[in-house]
Amino acid sequence: MTEPLLKVRGLTKHFPVRDGFRARGAVRAVDGLDFDVRPGETLGLVGESGCGKTTTGRMLVRLLDATSGSIEFDGRDITHARRAQLRPLRQDLQIIFQDPYASLNPRHTVGRIVAMPLQVNGINPPGGIKKRVQELLELVGLNPEHYNRYPHEFSGGQRQRIGIARALALRPKLIVADEPVSALDVSIQAQVINLLRDLQRDLDLAFVFIAHDLAVVRHFCHRVAVMYLGKIVEIGDRDDIYQRPQHPYTRALLSAIPDVTTLGPAGRIRLAGDVPTPLNPPSGCRFRTRCWKAQDRCATEEPPLITRDGGGQLTACHFPETGTISQDSGPVGATAEEVSK
Amino acid sequence: MVKLPEPRSGESPYLRVKDLRVRFDTEDGVVRAVDGVSFSVERGRTLGIVGESGSGKSVTSLAILGLHNAKRAAISGEISVGGRQLVGMPEEEVRRLRGRDMAMIFQDPLSALHPYYTVGRQIAEAYRVHHPRAGKREARGRAVDMLGRVGIPQPGKRFDQYPHEFSGGMRQRAMIAMALVNDPDLLIADEPTTALDVTVQAQILDLLEDLQGEFRSAIILITHDLGVVSQVADDVLVMYGGRAVEHGSVEQVLRRPQHPYTWGLLSSVPSLHGDADADLVPIKGNPPSLINLPSGCAFHPRCRYADRNGDRSRTEVPELRPAGEAGHLVACHLPADERTRLYQQDIAQVGVAQ
Amino acid sequence: MSLSPVEGVALAEIESTGEGPEQKGLVGRSPGQLVWNRLRRDRTALVSGIVLVLLILAAVAAPLISRLYGTSPSQQFGDLLDATGMPLGYVGGVSGDHWFGLEPGLGRDIFIRMIYGIRTSLLIALGAAVVTTTIGVVLGIIAGYLGGVVDAVIGWFTDVALAMPFLVFALAVVPTFSLRFYGPRDAIPTWFAVTTLIVVFAAFGWTGTARLVRGQVVSLREREFVEAARASGAGLWHMLFRQLLPNIWAPILVAFSLAVPSYVTGEAALSFLGVGLPESVPSFGRMIYRSIDYLQTDPAYVFFPGITIFALVLAFNLFGDALRDALDPKSSR
Repeated sequence: MTEPLLKVRGLTKHFPVRDGFRARGAVRAVDGLDFDVRPGETLGLVGESGCGKTTTGRMLVRLLDATSGSIEFDGRDITHARRAQLRPLRQDLQIIFQDPYASLNPRHTVGRIVAMPLQVNGINPPGGIKKRVQELLELVGLNPEHYNRYPHEFSGGQRQRIGIARALALRPKLIVADEPVSALDVSIQAQVINLLRDLQRDLDLAFVFIAHDLAVVRHFCHRVAVMYLGKIVEIGDRDDIYQRPQHPYTRALLSAIPDVTTLGPAGRIRLAGDVPTPLNPPSGCRFRTRCWKAQDRCATEEPPLITRDGGGQLTACHFPETGTISQDSGPVGATAEEVSK
Repeated sequence: MVKLPEPRSGESPYLRVKDLRVRFDTEDGVVRAVDGVSFSVERGRTLGIVGESGSGKSVTSLAILGLHNAKRAAISGEISVGGRQLVGMPEEEVRRLRGRDMAMIFQDPLSALHPYYTVGRQIAEAYRVHHPRAGKREARGRAVDMLGRVGIPQPGKRFDQYPHEFSGGMRQRAMIAMALVNDPDLLIADEPTTALDVTVQAQILDLLEDLQGEFRSAIILITHDLGVVSQVADDVLVMYGGRAVEHGSVEQVLRRPQHPYTWGLLSSVPSLHGDADADLVPIKGNPPSLINLPSGCAFHPRCRYADRNGDRSRTEVPELRPAGEAGHLVACHLPADERTRLYQQDIAQVGVAQ
Repeated sequence: MSLSPVEGVALAEIESTGEGPEQKGLVGRSPGQLVWNRLRRDRTALVSGIVLVLLILAAVAAPLISRLYGTSPSQQFGDLLDATGMPLGYVGGVSGDHWFGLEPGLGRDIFIRMIYGIRTSLLIALGAAVVTTTIGVVLGIIAGYLGGVVDAVIGWFTDVALAMPFLVFALAVVPTFSLRFYGPRDAIPTWFAVTTLIVVFAAFGWTGTARLVRGQVVSLREREFVEAARASGAGLWHMLFRQLLPNIWAPILVAFSLAVPSYVTGEAALSFLGVGLPESVPSFGRMIYRSIDYLQTDPAYVFFPGITIFALVLAFNLFGDALRDALDPKSSR
């Protein structure tokens, strides 16, 4: 078993909420995450808005400071590393952003954007920066001659490729991809997913892939962590999560996705209500307010993230589901009827 | 479970759009945002309009509602709502229809709801605009009733809250309540769930369906998400570059698609089923610019089969013609038997199309 | 009322459809070139720009004009005045030699004094605008990007500067300041008076730019391209002046072009009040101040400097507005 490249333990981020000067509690955006990412592996971080997945990604690349917990990268603790100490790490750890319009400086040429990581780190690659940038542009499927163009001349998909080229400039080992395809047109999404897959294979990159779309994650990730209100409720290999989900929330999420393969309203698991506010999350199991299996125990005792069958699939639930979801055809929510009322 | 289409009644479609064209004159040239689109929607049925950015789907819906600025947009063709011809109708009369006979749900409820008024007041206002004789109390009662109908708990209390006090899903429900407060016969929903989480999206789609059953309204659902369309639409119109490329029942378009663009969409969508390790098959290139639309079939630069007809795809705009089954139309120069063969050979094996 | 969501949807649908440059076949245009193209098509910008260029050329070439014209600004033509000191002839002594006539009393040529007046005004106004903009940009960008305590302190200084009454301050400080270095009877050198004025303008003028820049930076700070640079390990200097500054040139340019005319009038006002430049230096404020006494007897003396300063300020303001439109075509119309 290889050593994990990224080791996250008890990672927590609380944003203090002030009422004038008085502290009025904290938004518990991320609350005690544990996970590993091995070299060359892709981990999907999935959940609805407000589950803390984006905050987690920002903490991994140190755009946000963790409130507590630790992030270990390549054997070194980077949780509180300063800028100078981070410098060598920056090269190994990069991020791709969601919005292809906001993530590129509109006043810089493509060449300058992609060269930026090289320049701020004072790296002069053999053959010069320009040559390296043009190689990168070619690598992500752009015409290297577009070196001198500005972002506004490119479409959303092409801009996202520029953002990917920038992230690759320092030859990182791990890339945090924050919803990299959700702002793109349907026909472009697949292009970018395929590009990321090719890069992952060819460059042996590890990814933390943050997304709300479980179908996209399924096509890209080896392992998947499902988050709900700042916590991981279930983590495991892709096939476990998609075929044998144990947490009720994972099941609900899977069944809520409208899938083209089924026509008409499929038997969805209907979750009542919205995600509660992270300012004041429910006691015990945070999902219990929307869970159809919730009992008294769920309100008092927080379920630990543990394995049920001795394997690598960890679930935080007192009453985990069993049973397999067919991946071949038919509606996902096979258990929906028994569940809906 | 496939929903069977309702037996078509003798009544004529509630909305009939014929050869709609919307043109904008911009600094960079004339933009034909919608270029000869025709469709109709009966009461109680849902038409899904699918397309990417720049396909003209949103412009179409705004034209139906008469929301284009007459100074900027030139609209021609026919839009008949409940038998009334909308194109050329005085602005004042269109406004009277809007909200009462037809209503719209926007993608972003936060920008469609006024932040300084309570949600309830806005819904009550929407009611009173079309019921001038209704008193304050009646309007309030109606608004509270609607809030309850769209599944907002404690509607009486929620009435007096401001939009920012609502969560995303609740806001979308409030907007649906506002759109439905005058019992419109035609509801246009422009990406109504795109900004929502999947579990909330499922709730909203269910809600729309329940309400349709209750009010028997005609619904146009505009979306880029084929999954959403497959769940709620009865008919599907696929748009590309301001033109309709395929039109038929949801069964026909998603199960037996005839246009290479529809094929491309279906094989590029990641799915929960099928082989997760297989590469998706994307459509090459990028959606076209409406300012500078490719000649002939607008899809030809991205089409794998454009070369099979000599120069036709490049020079001649294909018309929307019957594709074989009743009601199924496609705008493609490929001969019907070749389309069937190509579909079996290249598409049916990959992605979600299988 | 605007139909914001509606217009937004339609525009997004039309505009979001960028395509690859390769299909477009057009030469790539930088944001600067786009602005230049829009500016060229704007007639107001064209006219006001030409006026500005002419006035600036006149200011720069003042000594040359003086030589060609054959008169210096301090030259007195006492023989062309009547016994009461009023210029002979019509309209304040307008003639082929003296295009705008002569000053009553001293008999100096108005045209050449005005050319030099433009030179003085523009020197002070541009100098003050450069200094205030620089201070404002640096403070604003630092406050906006760093936030927290730094932002609070700079904000506090801004408020203090805004709270002080400019005119009272100028009237009290400028003479005191001069007395500090020169005796009451000494002739104050021109460079000193000019510097004093620029310093006084700078002490007050930076607040507007600082606030403007701070606001812009705060809204840019959360943009993902800024985070991308941070994630790559960029330092403060790179963040402020490589990533942020290029994106706020537009409002800075507009603020600059609108600050210049306000300093032109400001200098005129201070000179008019007698705390600006010494008598020997030709300046608009002085000229208008002196001419007020002759409003009835020699209206031409008021007219020529008045109309020129009006044209100068108007041209700058119109050009500033046109620039704003060109830089941000969605803001108006």
